[in-house]
Amino acid sequence: MSTGVLGTDKRGIRELGAEEKVGWDEVTQGVVLNSFEGTVSDIPHKKAEERNYADFNSYTATVASWRIIKPVYNRDVCIDCQNCWVWCPDTSIVSRDKQMLGIDYDHCKGCGVCVEVCPTNPKSLLMFGENEENEAALAAWPEKKKKEK
Amino acid sequence: MAKEFELNEVEVWDGNYAASQALRQAQIDVVAAYPITPSTPIVEGYGAYVANGYVDGEFVMVESEHGAMSGCVGAAAAGGRVATATSSQGFALMVEVLYQASGMRLPIVLTVANRALAAPLNVRGDHSDMYLGRDSGWVQLDAFDAQEAYDMTLCAFKIGEHLDVRLPVMVHQDGFTTSHKAQNVYPLKDAVAYKFIGDYVPVDDMLDFSRPVTHGAQTEEDWHYEHKAKQHKALMDSRKVIDDVFAEFKALTGREYKRVESYMMEDAEVALVLLGSSVETAVLAAKQLREEEGIKVGIVAPRCFRPFPFDLVRDALEVPTLKAVCCMDKSAPGGAMGALFNEVSAAAYSTKARPMMTNYIYGLGGRDFAVDEAKRIMREQKAHADAGHITTDIQQFSGLRGPKLGFFQTRRG
Repeated sequence: MSTGVLGTDKRGIRELGAEEKVGWDEVTQGVVLNSFEGTVSDIPHKKAEERNYADFNSYTATVASWRIIKPVYNRDVCIDCQNCWVWCPDTSIVSRDKQMLGIDYDHCKGCGVCVEVCPTNPKSLLMFGENEENEAALAAWPEKKKKEK
Repeated sequence: MAKEFELNEVEVWDGNYAASQALRQAQIDVVAAYPITPSTPIVEGYGAYVANGYVDGEFVMVESEHGAMSGCVGAAAAGGRVATATSSQGFALMVEVLYQASGMRLPIVLTVANRALAAPLNVRGDHSDMYLGRDSGWVQLDAFDAQEAYDMTLCAFKIGEHLDVRLPVMVHQDGFTTSHKAQNVYPLKDAVAYKFIGDYVPVDDMLDFSRPVTHGAQTEEDWHYEHKAKQHKALMDSRKVIDDVFAEFKALTGREYKRVESYMMEDAEVALVLLGSSVETAVLAAKQLREEEGIKVGIVAPRCFRPFPFDLVRDALEVPTLKAVCCMDKSAPGGAMGALFNEVSAAAYSTKARPMMTNYIYGLGGRDFAVDEAKRIMREQKAHADAGHITTDIQQFSGLRGPKLGFFQTRRG
């Protein structure tokens, strides 16, 4: 369980399945899940950390336990092109004001699409084993490849 | 604004037309439908109302019945009043989505003209499709004639949309014998019918952007069971709402309906339990047999097939004089006793009278069930009563050609 890339919001604050198990008389009618606590307005113009996500919104849960390889992000090479942010199928690239902040490891499933679409040389995102330390991965980052003539 | 449809005090309508008129009067937001015999005229009639300005809502043509019910689920989750119609193979194709509709607690109304299921392919009426829906979590009302097809369809919206129920409702009528038989029908004026049903009250609608919701969530072993239990309780508890809606309908129209209809049961010695258009046949046969041969026959007809009226079936059979009951199933039993037999027997088992229970399969694929055959079966029940034990096989087949077919014998007596 982490406090997320932003450090302050409700992203991934609980394990999936750690929610309180209420009885049949307390479950929602029709398995309806509210996205937010209470009523909301202007949601499209609010950043994720400004939204009051409900406990049953997967935003608040860690749902990446089955990941076996992970993308590691290298800020030194990144050009903030936002390609990875656009392509990520799990909204797990965290970016603010068009500046890439990092990976949301609570929701990333390790599909590798971000690495595939990264245009820099060397790539700013590379896949590593789930148990490898990010620091070690960054220390062993490959050099820029020269164009073959 | 939709135009008012001018109606006479008495109209000559068949069951399909009666159902389509009730759908029109409900001012439905979305009908997504794929026509199939014998319920085609319900969809066709509704389409004509749309084309001629009698309906404000959307009419969505889809590519299959699976698509029809899927469209209904989407529109109902969005927050609209929704209905469709089907029969037989179309019903079978809908089945997957029927379970979605009830589990998601979406009060869709489905009008069904009952028809046999292939193979062999058959367009005539039996109760195979109705029986196929019996575990789907829907309320299932059974109309025995065209008037009732109209009345039950109006009631269906009011029952399903009640905030204590919020479940989808099927209104069944027998294919051809009811759906295509014209008879006198007393409709309500458009405004009166709509006022009876009332405005639709959306619940957790997806078009409420101030309260975004997810419909159709996945649950595994830690949540599924609780949700199904809650759904089952809502269906069981809908009995009271059904009774209340029927009472309100009687106050408005003078036409009285009960979850279980019973005829001449007060002093009955033998009884037939059956559904649909056969009820009228059986009641006529019972009256004649009482007059001609003095056999005290009663008829019990569950109008509400789901939730199964265990309470009222038991009440109907709690008659001190009652000795023998025959449950008649108009659906191929597929390697079991008929469903009505099983369920009515279970209810009868906890009565004081605990009558002898037998089962007839009849009317499959539209095979005729006439008064003489009803009388023969009633006399057979009288023979059981006189002998003090079941004198035939427990499961038999009515109107079947070939060597006599039957299964299981009693161990009582």
